Amino acid sequence: MNRENVPFATSSIRVHPSLTRGFSVAPGLLLAGLAFVALAAFMLSLAVGSVRIPLDEIVSVLLGGDASKQAWATIVLKFRLPKALTAMLAGAALSVSGLQMQTLFRNPLAGPFVLGISSGASLGVALTVLLAGVAVGLGGSTTLLAGISLAGDTSLALSAIAGSGLVLLLVMSVARRVQSGMTLLILGLMFGYTTSALVSVLIYFSVVERIQAYISWTFGSFGGVTWRQLQVMAPAILVGLAGGHLLMKPLNALLLGETYALSLGLNVRRVRLGIIGTSAVLAGVVTAFCGPIGFLGIAVPHLCRTLLHTSDHRLLLPAVSFMGATLALGADIVAGLPGSQLTLPLNAVTALLGAPVVIWVILRQRNLRQAFAG
Amino acid sequence: MMMNGTVLRTRDLSIGYRRARKAPVVIASDLNFSLRPGELVCLLGPNGAGKSTLMRTLARLQPSLSGQIWLDERPLDDLRPGQLARRLSIVLTDRVDVGAMSGYGLVSLGRHPYTGWAGTMSGQDQQIVQWALHAVRANDLSDRLTVEMSDGERQKVLIARALAQQPRVMLLDEPTAFLDLPRRVEVMDLLRQLASENSQAILLSTHDLDLALRNADRLWLLSADGELFDGAPEDLILNGAFERVFSAEGVTFDRERGSFHTRQEACGRLRLEGDGVAAFWTRRALERIGYAVEREGEGGESSSYRSNLNPPQSVNGAVTVRKRDGGLIYMLEIEGREELFATLNALTTYLRRGGAGGESDAKVDEDLYARR
Repeated sequence: MNRENVPFATSSIRVHPSLTRGFSVAPGLLLAGLAFVALAAFMLSLAVGSVRIPLDEIVSVLLGGDASKQAWATIVLKFRLPKALTAMLAGAALSVSGLQMQTLFRNPLAGPFVLGISSGASLGVALTVLLAGVAVGLGGSTTLLAGISLAGDTSLALSAIAGSGLVLLLVMSVARRVQSGMTLLILGLMFGYTTSALVSVLIYFSVVERIQAYISWTFGSFGGVTWRQLQVMAPAILVGLAGGHLLMKPLNALLLGETYALSLGLNVRRVRLGIIGTSAVLAGVVTAFCGPIGFLGIAVPHLCRTLLHTSDHRLLLPAVSFMGATLALGADIVAGLPGSQLTLPLNAVTALLGAPVVIWVILRQRNLRQAFAG
Repeated sequence: MMMNGTVLRTRDLSIGYRRARKAPVVIASDLNFSLRPGELVCLLGPNGAGKSTLMRTLARLQPSLSGQIWLDERPLDDLRPGQLARRLSIVLTDRVDVGAMSGYGLVSLGRHPYTGWAGTMSGQDQQIVQWALHAVRANDLSDRLTVEMSDGERQKVLIARALAQQPRVMLLDEPTAFLDLPRRVEVMDLLRQLASENSQAILLSTHDLDLALRNADRLWLLSADGELFDGAPEDLILNGAFERVFSAEGVTFDRERGSFHTRQEACGRLRLEGDGVAAFWTRRALERIGYAVEREGEGGESSSYRSNLNPPQSVNGAVTVRKRDGGLIYMLEIEGREELFATLNALTTYLRRGGAGGESDAKVDEDLYARR
């Protein structure tokens, strides 16, 4: 058979118009809509907070001009802009990572942290914050305490990177040898249990101030990221997002399961390493700079599948990026309690907003499999 | 393409599993066989004989223990993953759960070995997907979501997906396992046509003996001790391969019917008179309840050959089936009595009760017919 010729490809076969293009019109419009909503949320998050700033002033500041009040320009450029950029990047990163994990493990409850990335970061932070506390608790010098709180966020970020990086290396070395994805999933869970056990041991022996510092890290925040940190965080996440989008074809093949993917000529082990690698970088970097932010990574892929009614990663990957960015901004706006001087823990907001959404999505469908299907 | 060439062949192939620090488990060894373009081959064998292992080895999903496999005259191990995917495709028994994807989208996944990094489909790719859906008579499933399809519909779409890979060889692991009978016949028929229309070699494993005997160009019988019998279905029936492969306690192979029976001893011997379909099914009914059946005009010699029932020497009676009043009527002469029955159910119930007492409701009242 001549493979170059199409057997039976006659004009009599009806070709569905919406299928002759890569995307049909409707999903393309939906993507544009999602991008627009993300942009709107971005502008809103610059406008609201403890002080309300008019939109035209914000545009003028962003374009390099002056605001009618000097304080407004300072607030936007020094605080709100890095925070909004961080939220967008983190939301997109966690959502892409969550989508990848759900497809790789064919499990609707998988998220960016199933492989123990956040557990590793938590352990790193706990070791930095709490071990010093243990020393204090056992009669050490209290000057250490002041030293660390001054060094502040950067040392936390570094220890989180070290922790998640270590777990990443462990997972990757195991993933190269292990045959089935299920084994990896269980190993990730066990990593998580082990690290949280270690963390609770540290907490048990530590002093109150240190425990408080650790707990406030676990609340998660987009606000702690400075322009300097963003110079590291942004490129890392953008590279990870690009890598994630490069994997859309293998991810589609993996929808059929690993055996079919193999039979389609996919190098499953290499693809799996690629997926785990990009996913871990995305989730690890976000956790390092913002803390372990829950729910976005699990909820956003489900929302996108429901909204776009597809499991094609060529559509889903950009869609979850935009929607993840939007929801992260939204959660941050809500956590800031606009008009007040108070803020809520970010993780509490993502869970309070995210959990009902996931419940609604699942109950709307007949069963979990269909919820996964969208 | 050379129609008489082989598209896949093996030499001294051993299949099985390697184990860490232990001797490998050999399932079958010294396998020498080939697949030719355009033929449908069914792989049969008892559970645990290694049908799936053989299929997995041929698809390079697991390594062989020793020996060689050639695909398209090239050693299987020399092919790069993409090259293999353009020559060989599979349909598994695993339930696929692709989520919200249309039939068209699922079949499109079969074009992966041909598309670029983004999986963008060219016009030709799209035409081939349409052709594959058309080939399995599933044009109407193009826009339907796979989660909403029946098992039979999904199986057809999965076959179309394998077809879209434009392979030389298609391997299907029990493609009829979860289907109802009409769907099984349909899928088997479809596969036979696909093989000859596209000059592809199709190998499928199945437990469906009857369908395999009727549709396969060749059968491979894999026995539990790792022997592979290769031949036309009829050859394997005549040369006793079926008995050897499926031999088990209390089960015998009926060579004339091409099916298995458990009963050993006949409980009686009846002569059957009548024609056509009615006589055929009357015979089936009588054999089912354990009678050896002798047809009018057939010698007694062939009757012991035609079934594994061991008939007694003397004939116990006769059954005659005739048309009457647009229906059928069955007359039983046994032990000097004559009884009429309107249904085979009534006849077999009567015979099972030993022919005595118990006047069945469905027994025909002769007077009733006479009065009409």
